[in-house]
Parts: sequence; structure tokens; C-alpha cells
Amino acid sequence: MVKKILARSYLSLILIIMYAPIALLIVYSFTESTNIGTWSGFSFDLYRQMFANEEIMEALLNTILIAIASSVVSTILGTLGAIGIFYSRRRMKRVLNGITQIPVLNAEIVTAISLTILFVTLGITFNFITLLIGHVVLTIPFVVLSVMPKLQQLDPNMYEAALDLGATPSIALRKVIIPEVLPGVLSGFLLCITLSLDDYIITAFTRNNSFSTLSTYVYGVTAKRGALPPSLRALTTLITILMFIFLLLTNFRKAKAVKN
Amino acid sequence: MAAEKILELKGVYKDFDGVSVVEDFNLYVKKGEFVTFLGPSGCGKTTTLRMIAGFEMPTKGEILLNGKDISSIPPHKRPINTVFQRYALFPHLDVYDNVAFGLKLKKINSGKVNKKGEPILRHLTKQEIDKKVNDALKKVDLEEFEYRDIDTLSGGQQQRVAIARAIVNEPEILLLDEPLGALDLKMRKDMQLELKEMHKKLGITFIYVTHDQEEALTLSDTIVVMNDGCIQQIGTPKDIYDEPVNAFVADFIGESNIYSGTIIDDNHVHFLYHKFECVDKFPKNEKVDVVVRPEDVEIMEKDEGILNAKIVSKIFKGVHYEYILMVGKMELMVQDTTSYDVDTEVGIYVKPFNIQIMNKEFKSNQYIGYLDKYNNLILDSGKLECDITQLLKGSHVDEEGYLVGPDGKIYDLTDADVKVEVGLGDIDIEDGEEGEIVGEIISMVYLGDHYRVIVRTEEEEDFVLDTIYTWNEEDRVSVHIAKEKIKLTLTKEIKEYEKA
Amino acid sequence: MKKLRFKRKHLSIPYLLFFIFFVILPLLLIVYYAFTDANGSFSFGNFVEFFGNRNKIRLLSVSAIIGALNTVLCILIGYPVAMILVNKKFVKSGIIVLLFIMPMWINFVLRTAATRDLLYAIGIEGGNYPYLTTMIGMVYNYLPFAILPLYSTMLKMDKNLIEASYDLGATKPQTFVKTILPMTKPGIISAAQMVFMPTMSSFVISDVMGERKIQLIGNSIQFNFDQMRWNEGSFIAFIMLSIIAILMFLTRNTTKVETVRGGVW
Repeated sequence: MVKKILARSYLSLILIIMYAPIALLIVYSFTESTNIGTWSGFSFDLYRQMFANEEIMEALLNTILIAIASSVVSTILGTLGAIGIFYSRRRMKRVLNGITQIPVLNAEIVTAISLTILFVTLGITFNFITLLIGHVVLTIPFVVLSVMPKLQQLDPNMYEAALDLGATPSIALRKVIIPEVLPGVLSGFLLCITLSLDDYIITAFTRNNSFSTLSTYVYGVTAKRGALPPSLRALTTLITILMFIFLLLTNFRKAKAVKN
Repeated sequence: MAAEKILELKGVYKDFDGVSVVEDFNLYVKKGEFVTFLGPSGCGKTTTLRMIAGFEMPTKGEILLNGKDISSIPPHKRPINTVFQRYALFPHLDVYDNVAFGLKLKKINSGKVNKKGEPILRHLTKQEIDKKVNDALKKVDLEEFEYRDIDTLSGGQQQRVAIARAIVNEPEILLLDEPLGALDLKMRKDMQLELKEMHKKLGITFIYVTHDQEEALTLSDTIVVMNDGCIQQIGTPKDIYDEPVNAFVADFIGESNIYSGTIIDDNHVHFLYHKFECVDKFPKNEKVDVVVRPEDVEIMEKDEGILNAKIVSKIFKGVHYEYILMVGKMELMVQDTTSYDVDTEVGIYVKPFNIQIMNKEFKSNQYIGYLDKYNNLILDSGKLECDITQLLKGSHVDEEGYLVGPDGKIYDLTDADVKVEVGLGDIDIEDGEEGEIVGEIISMVYLGDHYRVIVRTEEEEDFVLDTIYTWNEEDRVSVHIAKEKIKLTLTKEIKEYEKA
Repeated sequence: MKKLRFKRKHLSIPYLLFFIFFVILPLLLIVYYAFTDANGSFSFGNFVEFFGNRNKIRLLSVSAIIGALNTVLCILIGYPVAMILVNKKFVKSGIIVLLFIMPMWINFVLRTAATRDLLYAIGIEGGNYPYLTTMIGMVYNYLPFAILPLYSTMLKMDKNLIEASYDLGATKPQTFVKTILPMTKPGIISAAQMVFMPTMSSFVISDVMGERKIQLIGNSIQFNFDQMRWNEGSFIAFIMLSIIAILMFLTRNTTKVETVRGGVW
């Protein structure tokens, strides 16, 4: 019992410390004060300001756009890749597993500049596609790493059973393998979204300078010792609410799955 | 009834990355037959089944279905269905959809033709699928389970779904890959009976793979005993039990006592230190393997049998007692319904026709190796010391390592190919991998007072040896052979190696 | 003629092509630029320049120390967190682990700025304590990356082995050192990989938290590229690549490192 209390206290403490900066922003999103630390009365004005700020709105939209686009591409390419890797011969499998590790282990800045060099060398101007490629490089290994365990759990005869019952290889893939690994695919997709939303470095190096995302926008205003624009506090609150709604939904889904 | 051949395998070989898994497999299966491939794990039985299903292509040879070679046809186009080892049911589909999976993909002739006169194919209608699925589920007694999720079913129920899913497609041949392996003993017995029933009712040809000899004996019309990629024996269960062709089959099927023996004359064989009357004819003085089934040994009063033995252990097995008797240093297993006390001295009798005599499979190990310049024998990439003076009578080795004949002629035997012979009792094995020749124990058969062990090296060379020590299969061991025990003969005339 | 039949392994072809073009080729270009001069001819100039410059060596050392320190801190804090998270007695819902990753939905630059503001509010100013604030920022940002692999490894750990250890008479500390720690080694290595190199090479956190008073190797790469000095920048990137290669070589015998990431949802 004592152990349980200790364990939970430790967990709570870490979570409280982790969420403290976010909580601070949330609290001060309900006041007009430009300075965190001085409360100037309750107000929703920052929310109005946020929605009125075209720069923020555009950055937000761009952030979501690139997150979804890159996650879709990564998920498709990565899932097919994982299946391909899983069924490759031993040597090829080793090679493919090895290269999958590169973007994970590599320093993000190195990945970022390597892509910059590539695009400049090839004479490609930075645009949405280059940014997309950057985010796919960043996220695709995580799709493979999420799908692979599901493939390993799969009954090795499952695919053959489908062929045996008259399915062509592509039908067997669509109707049996993909549905079986779907939880892994979904998990990979969510990880992609998360990593893409969180990213700054790759974005900064592979985007066209006219295309700003939340991270480049915030970096632009804060790195030079600037304070956070107050309306970003409102944005933080909004994302946090979304986050918790998502968590509750996941929890609900899991609880339901357990019940069945 | 003239049964037609539905399936025929002709000279089928299968290699995986150069390692031979199935060798020269020849078999035909009659329509409606229940054929079982029986053998220990890794004997190639599942690979053979997978070649019939189409999941593997034979490296060489033909697989004929109704006289037509199907070895290059993909599995989804073969009228053959499989019940897999762990069922391989689709967990994301319910029972109904699992069974209907094949039917939904199937296209049948609609009876109409298009402009070119080709028949128009159509999918089955919902009603047709419904009817077939329900029929199949009824056959496996799962009528009420249509909409259940797979993971809510017990092992036995999943097994039935797997069977229904296969038979609903009305295959010409049903392949079953150790289908009862995951069930508990009681369940397995019940399912065996049901499978036998189902085979009778459906009239489909069954090809069944198992390593359980009892299952094979209960179910099959024909048993194909396999070991190490090769067919050992094909026959009815009775043939295989009563007349095993070699020690492997005898040991694998049922309990047996196996001894080394010597033929005395047409009606007598010597083993267990005694002369036994027998019916099999073998050349005089031939070394043979002798098999006596435990239930064929009769226990009687001391001095009334052929020989006396002492009971050293007794276990009650339900219907009978299982005794271990000692005859000198040899063990004899006996099954008898009468109770005797341990330590009793009893007489033993075996009827002549119950003594099964087989050709000794292995009398010595033979290899091809070569000599290196230090006069070592290179065998299977390992180096062994050997005595090369045996290659020429009266010869000796000079200081420089050349062989000198009695007439003073000098021979350089570097790289000379030699035939090597080593007796079964002349090989020692040791634990661990420190030795010139290292391998894994792939088989171990008890021969009354010692074990016959086969060690296989990575280069696929087998060393067969007799030992009194107990080892385990899959043990990694190193092989040692004493210098004087290696018999060498040159493959060419010694003159060829004469030094100019 | 033998027809080329579709096989499942062919599905990895687009994936492989993508990696060749956008991962391997770019890295080869880095190596190329690292060993050429501005005119494109082969040169060890960048090599000599870097290793002859005491400031650069100092920069590399400081980055490595901060990276190592952050790795140790994240694992020390994260290891108990992961252990508690996998223990059904303490945490019933698998959702709690998501709480540790979800802040990533709020972009890390924004979170880092918020952390800076929080520290500012309690009187720890980046301008005065640049190293302290930078370290705090690093731990904040990389803790989830340490927890995840540890958590995944511990989920797969066979609990029977721990019980067997107690059963065989081991005390709790003995069991931890002899059983739990070796079993979670792949997770620890994976966590270290996820924290060390990114910390060393990050420049945003030191920029924001340290108010530009701290330079890390990442800042140096970024600076060189901003100044269009590709060859110098590439050489530093090449050093980072070499460090990764060495670390991978040292941990090569720890199998299955790759399987301990992902799969939280």
C-alpha cells in the first residue's frame, strides 16, 4: 500500500512538473496581461486575438496540413515497406532494417542539412513537396517500427491460408494482412502526427520561407529573447483541450475493447 | 473398385539455400484415401505437404494432380485446401466470414457465354454462400456459432472452423498439417474419431501430417514414414507396425526393443546372448538388427522360456504392466497384463514370427577425404591424424613426411583423395564445440545396452556411432576418432603419387 | 519464360527507393562536402581546421558532456516512471503513458518557450543561469523519448523471471541488478540513443533557454549553413555521423534494440 502511494506520488510529481509550463500558459490565457506573472483580470480576449491573428491561423493550418499529409504518405509507404521487409530474405531484411534506423539515430540537424544539400544540389526550389519529404524521412521509420511487431505476431500461415482459399496475393494482402496489422498502422500514424506536430528543425531547413508553421513562427518570435505572443497561450489551451478529448476517446475505445 | 490415382509425386526434391530438405520423394495417392506423412520434426513432411498445397515449389520433380503437372501453379488456383497447424483463422472476421472467405472469391460458370463463346463467370450469390456455409458448419457441429468472434472459441472449436473453412470449397484433396497438435490429449482423441468419420462422410482425399505415431496408426489407410527428407517406408498401419523395414521405423512406430544380432542359420538368430528361432531368411553370419515388440514378449516361470531375466522395474499403465527386465547387461521392455514383483527372476519366450529381423542400415561410416601435406586426413573441413603407412604394406614415413615403400620408392600423398572407413564403435563424442569436427546430434536410438547416435556436421556429413552414454538430440558435440581406427584406401593407384 | 510473379517482399521497393534518394544519397553528399573545399576539390582542410581549432574542440566536448548528462538524467528519472507505468498494481490504464507523449502535440518550440517563461516567473533567468536553464529544457524535452523505449521493453519483460529470481533466494536489490537491469538493457540503450545525439545536436533549446549564451555543436552546424559555408558545416555533420556510427558499433551486440520503439497506442 505504501509502495502504491509512493509510486503514484512519483508519477504525479513528474507529470505535474512536465505539465507546469503548459498549465501556466493555460492559466494566463484567460487574462489580457502581456506578462506572465501579473494577472489583470479574467478575459477571453486572447482567444479573440488568436482567431483574429492571420499569421497564427495560417501557421496553425499549415502545421496541421503538413502533419496530415506527411503522416498519410509515411503510413502508406511505411506499412508497405514493413510488410516487404518482413517477407524479405535474411540478408535484404538486415539491410532494410539497418537503413530504417538511420533517420531515428541520426541527429535531426544532420538529417535536415543533408536534405537541404540534396535539394540545392539537384536545383530544386524549396516548396511544400520538399517539406513533405523532410517530414516523411523524419516519421517513416516509426511506422515501420510500429507495424513490424504486429507482423511478427501474425500467424505465419495466415497469408498462405488466404491463398489456399483462392485469394490472389493482392487480395490476400488487402483482406488479411492489412486488417491484421491495422492496430500497428494506426499507432504508427498517430506517432507520425505527433512527431510532425512537434518538429522544428527539419521544417526550418526544408520549407519554403514563405510557408510558416507554428514551430517556425514561435521560433521566429522567441529565439531572439522575445516573449511569447500572448495569443499563443490561448492556442496552447485549445490544443491541450483537443489532446485530452483525444485521450478520453482512446481510453473509451480501449475500455470497450477490453469489455468485449 | 478400381481406385484412380488422384495425386502423384515423382522424384520430388526440395532444397532450401542448398540444404536438402526432401529427397527423391515418390508417392501416389488414390482417390478417397487417407494418407499420413509421419516422421519426427524436420523430416520434411510439412515441406512435402506445402509443395502439394503450392506454397513451395519443388527444386526438382513433378507433382501430378489427376495426371497434370501442377508444380508451377500458384496455390490459389489449386483445387486443394489446407487445415493449418495453428489453424490460421482470420481473427478480424467472425466464424461465418472465415468459412465464407473462399466462397466469396470463387467464380463459377454462369451457364451463359459471351460473344466470343467463352463462358461467363459469376460470383456465388448470397443465398448460395449462405447455404454452403451453413452446411459446412453443420458438418463440424458448429451451427450456432456463425457470428461468434474467433478469439471467443475454444481450441477444439477453432479447429472445427478451420476444417469447415477448408471443406466448404469442396477441394479434391484436403491437406491437414498437424491439425490436432495444439489440442489437449482428451480433445485430440475425440477429434481423431471425428476426423475419421468426416473422411468417410465427405469422400475427399485426406493427406495428413503428424509426428504422433498413434494418431497415424488410428487414422490412416496408408502411412508414409519419413526421416531426414527420405521416405523410409510406405504401407498400411499394420504393415508398418508389424514389418518395419529398418530400425528407425521400428523405433519410431510403437515401443520396441532393438538389438544387434547375428544370423546363425536359416531359422535361427543370435541376440540377447541367446539363440532364437525366427522365420525371416538372411545370409548366414550376417549382422542384423532385431526388433521385438514389448507386447510380443511372453513372461513365464523361471527356466521355462528361452532365457531367464530379472525384473528391475514395473509401472502400471492402465491395462497392462510395463516391465523393464535385465538380461545380462541388456534391457528388455515387456508389456504384460499379469502382475509380477520387481526383482523376480522370470523366463522369457518370443514366438518366431514375432521376431522381426532387418538389414543393418549401417555397418560403418564411409567418407571421402583427402590428405594434406602433413599427412593429416582432411575430412569435412576438419583435420584428423591418421596412419598413412596402411596404404602400402611395409612402408614407413621418412623425415620429410614422404611415404617410403619397402622397395625404397618415395610417394608424395599431398592432396591425395582417400576413402575413409570408421567403425561405429570407433568414434567418440565430447560435449562442446572444441574439436576439429563439430556437429549436432540428430538421432538417438536405444539398442538394448547402448545408444546409436547420429551426429550431423554443418557440412551435412553424418557420423554414426555407438555409445553407452546418454545424450540428447540437438546436443552440440565434437567428434573424435583415434588415429589407428581410421581405415584408409586410396581412390587411385599408389603409383600415381610416386615422386619423380 | 519465367514470369516475374508478385511477391510480398517487392512491397519494400518504393520504401527502399525513398531511402536511397532521401536518406542515403543526402548523407553521401554530406561526406562529399566534408572532404572537399569551396572549389569542389578533394581536401582535408575542414578536418585540419576543425581539429586545429581549440574552440571547436571545446564546443564538441561541451556538447558531448551536456548530451551525456541529459542522457543520464532522463534515464534516471524515466526508468522508475516506466517501471511504475508497466506495473498493473500501480497504474491500471495504459492511457497514462500517453500523458507523457501528448505534450508533443504542442510544438516543442512553444513548450520550450513556456518552460523558459515558467522558470523566469520563479526567478531562474536564462541570462543568469544559462547552463541550468538549458539542462532543464533538455530534460523537459527528451524525457518522453527516454520513457517510451524503456516502457516498451518492460512491457515485454517476462515477469516470471523476476519471480523466479525471488524464488531462488535473491533479495530485491540483487534481483534488480541481476535480472531486471540486464533484461531492460535494450530499452536503456535505445533510450540513450534517443536522447544523447539529439541533445548534443540540438540548437533550439540552447537558443531559447540559454538566451544564446550557450553554443552547442548543433548551433555551429546551423550557423555554418546560414553563412552558406557548406563544407565546414558538412564536416561537423560528418563528425556527428561518425559518433553515431561508433555508438552503434559499440552497442551492436545488443539485439532487438529496434523493436523497443513505437507501439504505445
